[in-house]
Amino acid sequence: MNARQAEPRGRMIVTAFIALILSILPLPEWLAVARPAFLVLTVLYWSIAAPRAGGLALGFASGLTLDVFRGAVLGQHALALTTITYVAVREHQKIRSKPAFQQALIVLGALVVYEFILFAIDGWSGHPLTTPLRWVHAATGALVWPLATALLERSYSAR
Amino acid sequence: MAGFAAGAYRTTPGRGTSPGFRFTLYAILAVALMFMDQRRGWLAEARYFLSGAAYPLQLAVSSPTAAWRWLQSTFATRAALEAENAQLKREARDLEMRSQRYEALSRENGELRGLRDALPPVADHWMVAEVVNVELNDLRQRVLIDRGAHNGVFKHQAVMDSHGLVGQTMHVGPWSAEVILITDPEHAVPVEIERTSVRTIAVGAGPQTLALPFLPANADVKPGDLLLTSGLGGVFPQGYPVARVTEVRHDTVQPSAQIRARPLAQLDQLHEVMLVWFKADHPAAPTPASSTSVESDLPGGNPAFQPQPAPPRPQPAPVPAPGADIQATAARASAEHASVKQPAPGSPASLARSRQRSPGSSEAAVGSVGGPGSGSATGPAPAPAPATSAAREADGSSEPHASRSTAHTPETDP
Repeated sequence: MNARQAEPRGRMIVTAFIALILSILPLPEWLAVARPAFLVLTVLYWSIAAPRAGGLALGFASGLTLDVFRGAVLGQHALALTTITYVAVREHQKIRSKPAFQQALIVLGALVVYEFILFAIDGWSGHPLTTPLRWVHAATGALVWPLATALLERSYSAR
Repeated sequence: MAGFAAGAYRTTPGRGTSPGFRFTLYAILAVALMFMDQRRGWLAEARYFLSGAAYPLQLAVSSPTAAWRWLQSTFATRAALEAENAQLKREARDLEMRSQRYEALSRENGELRGLRDALPPVADHWMVAEVVNVELNDLRQRVLIDRGAHNGVFKHQAVMDSHGLVGQTMHVGPWSAEVILITDPEHAVPVEIERTSVRTIAVGAGPQTLALPFLPANADVKPGDLLLTSGLGGVFPQGYPVARVTEVRHDTVQPSAQIRARPLAQLDQLHEVMLVWFKADHPAAPTPASSTSVESDLPGGNPAFQPQPAPPRPQPAPVPAPGADIQATAARASAEHASVKQPAPGSPASLARSRQRSPGSSEAAVGSVGGPGSGSATGPAPAPAPATSAAREADGSSEPHASRSTAHTPETDP
C-alpha cells in the first residue's frame, strides 16, 4: 500500500504511450470512425484515479502529442484535453463513487465536450469538419470505458 | 464502481498548487500556442522538429504492415511473378507503341503554337515515396509519406500516383510529410472537363469521391467525362488527369448540378506515390491535347503555370473546330489504338483497363521525359524504391525522350 502511495507516474506514462499507439494504429475505414479516443480515456482514468499525480500535465502533454500526430493546430487537443482533465480532477471523488453505468455516461459527456472544443477550434482555424461521424467516438469511448478502467486498474494495482 | 480500487489512492490535500491555477496556466499556454501556430506561423520550426520526433513512432506502428507486405513479396509464387512480369511487359510495349511518335508530335505541337522549339516537359523530376501505414486522422483524408525536407520535399508539392493526381503535401517534417488527398473535404483542385474544357473546381467529398459543386444545372457534363487539372491555383500544372465523372444529377430545385467524380488515383490503397518537381518557370505542359483547344482564355492563378502561347490568338472558328474534332475522336481513337496494340491479351477487360490507364501513363510520360535535365531524375530519387518503381525510373532516365508517351498521342494522330 505504501509503495503504491507514491504517484504512479511511470505507469501513467507507459499506459498513455500504449494508448497513443492504439490511436494511431491503421484500421479499416469503417472501424477507424468508431475508434475510441484511447489516449483521452487513459488521461481521464488517471485524473480520476490519481488526481494528484499530475493529470493536468499528462493531459496537456498528451494533447500536444495528439496535435503533432493529427496534424492539427498546435494546442488544439491540448486545450480540449486539459479542460476535461481539469473537470475530472476536480470531481474525481464524485465520479469515482458512481456505478459503472453512470461513469460511462459522465465519460460520454466529457468526450462530447472534448469533441466540441475540437470542433470549435477546427472552425476557428479554418479546417472545419462538419461530418456527424466525428461524434461517433464519444459513444464508443463511453462504451469501452468500463473495459478500459478495468484494464488500467489492473495495470495500476499490479505489483 | 468501475474499477477504481477503493482507497488505493488517497488524496492528500494541501500539496502543490491548486488544479484550478494549473488549469488556467495550461489553458493560456494552449491558447497562446494555437494563436502563434495559426495566426503567426511562428511555430513552423517547432512543428518541424516535433514531426521529426514523432516519425520513429509512426514508423514503428506501421512496421507490422510493412513486414507483412515484405513477407508477401518475398514469398510470392513463381506463377504470380511470371504473371506480373508478363503484364509489365505488356504495359511497357503498350507505352512504347504510344511513345513512338512523341518526339515528332511534341515538336509539331510546339511549331503550331508558334514556339521555336518544343518546350521541355513541365515535370522536372520526381521521387517515389512510400506511404507510412499510420492513421493521421480518422475522418480526414490524409496520409503520411516517408520523404521529408531532407529529401527536398516542400510544402504544397504535387503528389501523384501512376494513375492520376493524389494530393499535395501539407506539413513537411525532416523525414516525413503529411499529404492531404484530393478527396479531403478541405481540398479543392481547379480542374477542367476534358471534353468541353469547362473550368471548375473539384472539392473533396470523402473516400474516393470528388464533388463539382460550382457547375450550373445546365452545364454540359456527362458521366465518364475526364477531369484534368486546369493549371490555375499554382500547385498543379495544367493537364494532369484527376478524376472521372461518375454521377450527374439535375435537381430541379437546385441551381447547380449535383456532380460526383471518382479520382483516377487509387486513393484507398495507396502504397507508393510520386512527389513531382515542376519547372517553376515553365508555362505549363504544352503536351496535353486539351491545351490546344483551351489555351489561356482565363488569366489567373500562378502566372508561372499559365500557358503562354506566343501568338495571343483569338478563339473563333478555326481553333474550336479542330479541337472539338480531336476531342470527339479522342475516345474512339484511343479505343482503337488500345485494341490494335493489344491483340494477344485482347479481352474486353484488358482493353478497358488500358483505356483507364492511359491518362495515368500520360502523366508518367510528362514526368519521365524529363528532357535534358532528366539525369537529375535519378539523383534525388531514393535508393530503397521498390523494384517496379525503380525500374520505371531507371527506364525514364536512361532513355529520356523515347521512353513513353501519352494518352494524347492517338488524339493528334488522326
